[in-house]
Amino acid sequence: MVDNIKRSLLVALWFVFLTFPLMVVKVNTLKSIVEWRWMNMLWVAIGAFALSLVWRWAMARRQLKSKKAEQGEDESVKAGFATRLMEDPKLYKPALIVIALATIVFPLVVDIYQTNIMVLALIFVVLGLGLNVTVGLAGLLDLGYVAFFAVGAYTYGVLNSFYGLGFWTCLPIGGLMGALFGIALGFPILRLRGDYLAIVTLGFGSIAKIVIENWEEVFNGAKGIAGIPRPGFFGAEMNITSATTYTYYLMILMVVFAIFITNRLKDSRIGRAWMALREDEIACVAMGVDMAKTKLGAYAFGAFWAGLAGVIFAARNTYINPNSFTFMESALVLSIVVMGGMGSIIGVIIAALVLILMPEYLRAFSEYRMLMFGAVMVLMMIFRPEGLIANVRRKYTGRKVTTEDANA
Amino acid sequence: MPETNNTLLEVKNLTMDFGGLRAVDAVSLSVSAGEIVALIGPNGAGKTTFFNCVTGIYKPTKGDVLVHPPEKKSQKINGFKSNRVTTIGMARTFQNIRLFQNMTVLENVMIGRHCRTTTNIVGAILRGKKTKRQERETVERSYELLEKVGLVDDADEFAKNLPYGAQRRLEIARAMATDPFLLLLDEPAAGMNPQETKDLDELIVRIRDTEKIAILLIEHDMKLVMNISDRIYVMEYGKEIAQGAPMDIRNNPKVIEAYLGEETDA
Amino acid sequence: MEYFLELSSSGLVRGSIYALIALGYTMVYGIIQLINFAHGEIYMIGAFVALIVSGVLTIYGFSGVSILILAALIAAIYAAAYGYTLEKIAYRPLRNAPRLSPLISAIGMSLFLQNYVLLAQTPDFLRFPALIPDFEFMEPIAHIMGSAELVILVTSAISMVGLTVLIKYTRIGKAMRATQQDMVMARLVGVNVDNVISVTFIIGSVLAAIGGVLVGSYIGQINFYIGFMAGVKAFTAAVLGGIGNVPGAVLGALVLGLTEAYAAGYISSAYEDVFAFGVLVLILILRPSGLLGKAVKQKV
Repeated sequence: MVDNIKRSLLVALWFVFLTFPLMVVKVNTLKSIVEWRWMNMLWVAIGAFALSLVWRWAMARRQLKSKKAEQGEDESVKAGFATRLMEDPKLYKPALIVIALATIVFPLVVDIYQTNIMVLALIFVVLGLGLNVTVGLAGLLDLGYVAFFAVGAYTYGVLNSFYGLGFWTCLPIGGLMGALFGIALGFPILRLRGDYLAIVTLGFGSIAKIVIENWEEVFNGAKGIAGIPRPGFFGAEMNITSATTYTYYLMILMVVFAIFITNRLKDSRIGRAWMALREDEIACVAMGVDMAKTKLGAYAFGAFWAGLAGVIFAARNTYINPNSFTFMESALVLSIVVMGGMGSIIGVIIAALVLILMPEYLRAFSEYRMLMFGAVMVLMMIFRPEGLIANVRRKYTGRKVTTEDANA
Repeated sequence: MPETNNTLLEVKNLTMDFGGLRAVDAVSLSVSAGEIVALIGPNGAGKTTFFNCVTGIYKPTKGDVLVHPPEKKSQKINGFKSNRVTTIGMARTFQNIRLFQNMTVLENVMIGRHCRTTTNIVGAILRGKKTKRQERETVERSYELLEKVGLVDDADEFAKNLPYGAQRRLEIARAMATDPFLLLLDEPAAGMNPQETKDLDELIVRIRDTEKIAILLIEHDMKLVMNISDRIYVMEYGKEIAQGAPMDIRNNPKVIEAYLGEETDA
Repeated sequence: MEYFLELSSSGLVRGSIYALIALGYTMVYGIIQLINFAHGEIYMIGAFVALIVSGVLTIYGFSGVSILILAALIAAIYAAAYGYTLEKIAYRPLRNAPRLSPLISAIGMSLFLQNYVLLAQTPDFLRFPALIPDFEFMEPIAHIMGSAELVILVTSAISMVGLTVLIKYTRIGKAMRATQQDMVMARLVGVNVDNVISVTFIIGSVLAAIGGVLVGSYIGQINFYIGFMAGVKAFTAAVLGGIGNVPGAVLGALVLGLTEAYAAGYISSAYEDVFAFGVLVLILILRPSGLLGKAVKQKV
């Protein structure tokens, strides 16, 4: 204990040194004033000391856990509450009904502002579910995912402003355009290893933004496209409130649709091939899986959802410009997937809601949100790489049902 | 010369260069239906490289790999990607076990069925009759195979949690799931204890006899090789130095010389 | 012709800055096969520390060259400290994790450091003092290459020579090469691999900080976001030259710098980043091992 405190004091000292110029000193070169913010030093010291203690405790626990896993005492023996909730129909059925009721009633009890934020959060749920397939299931780290989102949004924006096409026509076109771009961009990079893939997709994301920004004739450049109509309902006139509510329900349907489809895919020949590809590419191909088809499928499928989400995003905002499609958005969706648990559908939904809604409601927090996202990504990788809610594995029942299955 | 009527795999003068290094030098080999053929040789003789060339992981520099699938027309397959080779009907295992660690034992075997099923993305989403039937067949066949290698009780376990010997057997089951006519085993007994090796020995013979799958294996365990092989090829420094029945190989002076210092107690 | 020379000189300057950053990427990748996404942030922090130090010193009445030297020195020390700490917190615990984990951790760290500087200092651009004096002897060719540009080229060249000497002839350099070849083997023959990795991060960070100081002084303004693009470009340069290969990183950086300069000069400056990424994609497809890299067959 004393040793721990001593070491944490040293760590605190180190961080005081480390953060000194940036946290304490602030120079105003115009007025030639140096501002010394000594209080910050104190906060850093206290913070670093406390965090260092927590860190060391967590590290010790982590080691214990991996030692246990080696000895075969897996965590799964004592399934957590979340896992139990999802596996026991007696528990999850009522929970599902409560959630369903809450989602239906939500826009009726809150104001339009909140509904609108919820729509945004749901858009990110769909994005998360889409990227979850590419990154979580197939293991293809895509840092330019936002490009497909932009493809969807601009498909609607451009088709609407040039040809007057409506939301419902553009929705499927947006999704297909996303998928098409997914294949087109996926094709040249099929053979790249994980880390190269990351940097190339990052490049694609940036290129997409640059092209949109500079191609004035089509995308209207940095000014963006305004006056995009909200989703229509058989030509009915709607005021903003009912249009927002309508968009909300639309989004809910879409999320349900996305869950349904990704779930089906996950438990299929295709989904298994994606996972195998993630686990070991060489073995996967040697077992007869066509690498190109499988990878392109994962890309196209992920991009498809981004395209759909993009169309809705454009409709929700009625205005789009290149600044909505930066690396930050890609990073945001990635942290949703990482935090939710790679491959886990329910985890991704929760993570998306938390990460989008929290900064909206806790204004004080919003300043720190990117800082927190960064920290969360690091901490999750170290302490909980399987995410908040690990991917639930389907059990296949075959001819022989072992006794373990019976009392699971 | 081996008989040609039932030949499944025919490799002619296969050569593989890495930069300036010739890892495999004009090796010829053939496997016929119903045979267990072993490829042996000291470490670094080029056996695994040979396997990689045959199964499409490397593209051979020179030479031909011909397959004669039963009841289908013959094909020259050098340069084919490994998934095509597997689809044609030659499946392999790996020297340094390459299972899908974070998938269950059953799922590992199910991946082997991938190339024998046809469900695409749309089919998987709609989950129609055909998809359901294929899925059911996949699960049933996988369980069957697990039973054959004695892993059915571990079906829901993660592959990474299996003991070493079981992982090797799982690799065999996974390869068998692709319905091969020829199974290529890369050091299946490596790291196994004598009892496990003996079980493996029986398993391999059983695969040949009851499943009618021919087998080509690389092995270091001389006892296993001598026990079960019908014919043996010996490689050293990338070259083939001998071939023949186990008896002939055992007494071949070249082979003894090559193995001098290694285990000759077989 | 004059225009071409002007573009060439600006391309070389860009290239040598990329090279200073790319070396850090390539060394780290060579040893632990990790794209240290946060490396660009170290460069940015180096620039910020230099700015703060020079600001304080100017206000307290120090003069010209002494400011430059002190600012660069302190920036290098701090960059080293940040690089060291970064590795210890975000990468060391993930040494044996699946490949994607440290990469995601690195992206997280990059976001964290960017926003840390944003919050601790400012989201706005800050004016960076012109620390590099104008030399008289550069006067005649100043329209092609200014003093600052000359200093950047010379400093980068010296740093790279220094690095080469360090890797080739010193004890730690040998240990680094051994670790790069085979980490397990290096450990067995008594190399302290953890230390080698730390030193690698420190050296890479110092080079990045030098780059940061030079760029700040050359461009005249910095903000918290400069590390991101610079980092991506430098990584592109490292891949271009063959990742893990030190001379390759320098060559790749110069090629990239010149490509960008010509593309911006002759085609359109708006699309220079597109060209940079275009080059990267082309290289990865046509010659994934890079210009100087060796093709490595994956062992099966």
